[in-house]
Amino acid sequence: MKKPLLALLLAPVLAWAAGGGVRLDRAPIDPNDLVSLQSGARTFVNYCMNCHGAQYMRYNRLTEIGLTEAQIRDNFIFTGDKVGDTMKVAMTAKDGKAWFGVPPPDLSVIGRSRGADWLYTYLRSFYRDSKTVTGWNNATFPRVAMPHVLWTLQGERSYEPAKGEWKQLTEGSLSPVQYDALTRDLVNFLVYVGEPVAGKRKSIGIIVLFVLGVLFIFAHALKKEYWKDLK
Amino acid sequence: MNRLLTAAWDWFDARMPTVGEEWRKHASEYYAPKNFNFWYYFGALAILVLVIQIVSGIYLTMHYKPDAGLAFGSVEYIMRDVPGGWLIRYIHSTGASAFFVVVYLHMFRSMLYGSYQRPRELVWIFGVLIYLTLMGEAFFGYLLPWGQMSYWGAQVIVNLFGTIPFIGPDLAIWIRGDYVVGDATLNRFFALHVIALPLALLGLVAAHILALHDVGSNNPDGIDIKKKKDANGHPLDGVPFHPYYTVKDFAGAVVFLAVFCAILFFAPEMGGYFLEYNNFIPADPLKTPEHIAPVWYFTPYYSILRAVPPLFNSQFPGVMAMGLATIILFFLPWLDRSPVRSIRYRGAYYKSALAIFVVVFLVLGYLGVKPTTVWGQFGFEAFFLDTKDIATWAARLCTILYFAFFLLMPWYTAIDKCKPEPERVTS
Repeated sequence: MKKPLLALLLAPVLAWAAGGGVRLDRAPIDPNDLVSLQSGARTFVNYCMNCHGAQYMRYNRLTEIGLTEAQIRDNFIFTGDKVGDTMKVAMTAKDGKAWFGVPPPDLSVIGRSRGADWLYTYLRSFYRDSKTVTGWNNATFPRVAMPHVLWTLQGERSYEPAKGEWKQLTEGSLSPVQYDALTRDLVNFLVYVGEPVAGKRKSIGIIVLFVLGVLFIFAHALKKEYWKDLK
Repeated sequence: MNRLLTAAWDWFDARMPTVGEEWRKHASEYYAPKNFNFWYYFGALAILVLVIQIVSGIYLTMHYKPDAGLAFGSVEYIMRDVPGGWLIRYIHSTGASAFFVVVYLHMFRSMLYGSYQRPRELVWIFGVLIYLTLMGEAFFGYLLPWGQMSYWGAQVIVNLFGTIPFIGPDLAIWIRGDYVVGDATLNRFFALHVIALPLALLGLVAAHILALHDVGSNNPDGIDIKKKKDANGHPLDGVPFHPYYTVKDFAGAVVFLAVFCAILFFAPEMGGYFLEYNNFIPADPLKTPEHIAPVWYFTPYYSILRAVPPLFNSQFPGVMAMGLATIILFFLPWLDRSPVRSIRYRGAYYKSALAIFVVVFLVLGYLGVKPTTVWGQFGFEAFFLDTKDIATWAARLCTILYFAFFLLMPWYTAIDKCKPEPERVTS
């Protein structure tokens, strides 16, 4: 290679530039919508948590989104886990790698690394592809190792990357609008899990800024009091 | 109560005489020019941020695990399970960027008002040493969350040392303690981040302030206030630092904290510039991220590194240029041959040069966070075009201008038509 270091420095940058961006749909999420967060939590536990964990998130923290500990125990924990445990998955990284090629990533902070819009678009852009190992491909994340776990809900679709054309092959149990709402709730939940404290952070921030504002009035008055003699 | 306090202080002062003496020397009887403006807040603010970083850092150290297998998880543990941990972590991450904002503005102040000129050369040199130490501190600290950007950023920067002829490859291994960035690297970076460099920083800050208080502070007019003194021997245009500047800096600190807290509570990631999105993915030595960019405060130098073409298949010239771009700051007091200090009385040459320098620094900083293709490519072929990326050529032009600002300074400051300085400070 002609420029080894420069290549190392720039290769990722160039790859990023050449990769081209898929146009992302804006995820209409609302962190204050508890019903949506609870629905997202249900989808997460029922569909995602077979392979993905959220190993830094504790089950009992879900009380923040309006669930009781009894509800969490009865509806969200299917293993011997306690309600204070973190949302780990039973699958080992080694098994995951053997079965899918890459271990399914932990989703604790996926909302922060990928962002809501990417996740929302990704979950809605799976299509049938006979050339892949799983039989599924994704327009947002081409050749992704993950199969379309929600296919019974969305139904099977085909996609022509060159033309950008989508076709519904079989019907799912949900209408397209219902499926969009389901993925919106799931993304809402993933964003919440990424930083559960976000809501509290903002409300504390308002108080802190107010206190600093009041403090500034006094600090400024004190400064003026001292400096007035100097003029 | 008051009498009791006075008695207690007298008892203490009699047994620890230097405290009262130092207080008088550096605060209550340190005469600072009375015309400090907006630009003079940033020195005190830099000390405030240093204290914020040290205190928040101590709390983070109580919960953080410097272990390649545990580091990423321990940061999430701090964010979720440690009471108030998220606040401490965001204070520290916002503080890192705030430190550079404040230091860059503080350095710019020196360039506006010629604060580095005789007799404050040593103050400036200690300042540049603080800046370089801070860069090291930030670099070592950035590895600790053990995310993808932490890992690959460290990989790239350590590789820079690997380009040094002859000793480079061995030096890079010596720095990492391994053939790749790994657990050994994390552990030693942790030691350097929490002990070695903070100690050096504290020492340098003390030296910076002691050297300053020995010669006295400059001011926006750049004139020496010690030339005109009253009957008591105090400068006519000076005021005791305490209480005048302690109350003024306190008000400034409240405004600064309001901005700081607005970021901390409402946009701690600052659009991916203060906390990069990729750093929420655990470090993976086998997976290079799609886009590696250093944190914003390093990007002007990163741009210079990328702009310089390789020589004999070695990227060393770029690394040299990057190093020189920081080292050249040390020589500023001797490159500037202007008879006046302040921008207020300088001629058109220096004013234009400084304006161009600011634009160049910002453009280099901007280009450093973007891929080199950000401004597209030239639409024609030419033998001298080793790359057709417009941004690379823009960065090359900016690199030349960056160095020209310093290297041509002895010439343009000497021939500049300066205005006469006033006898007394003007505002």
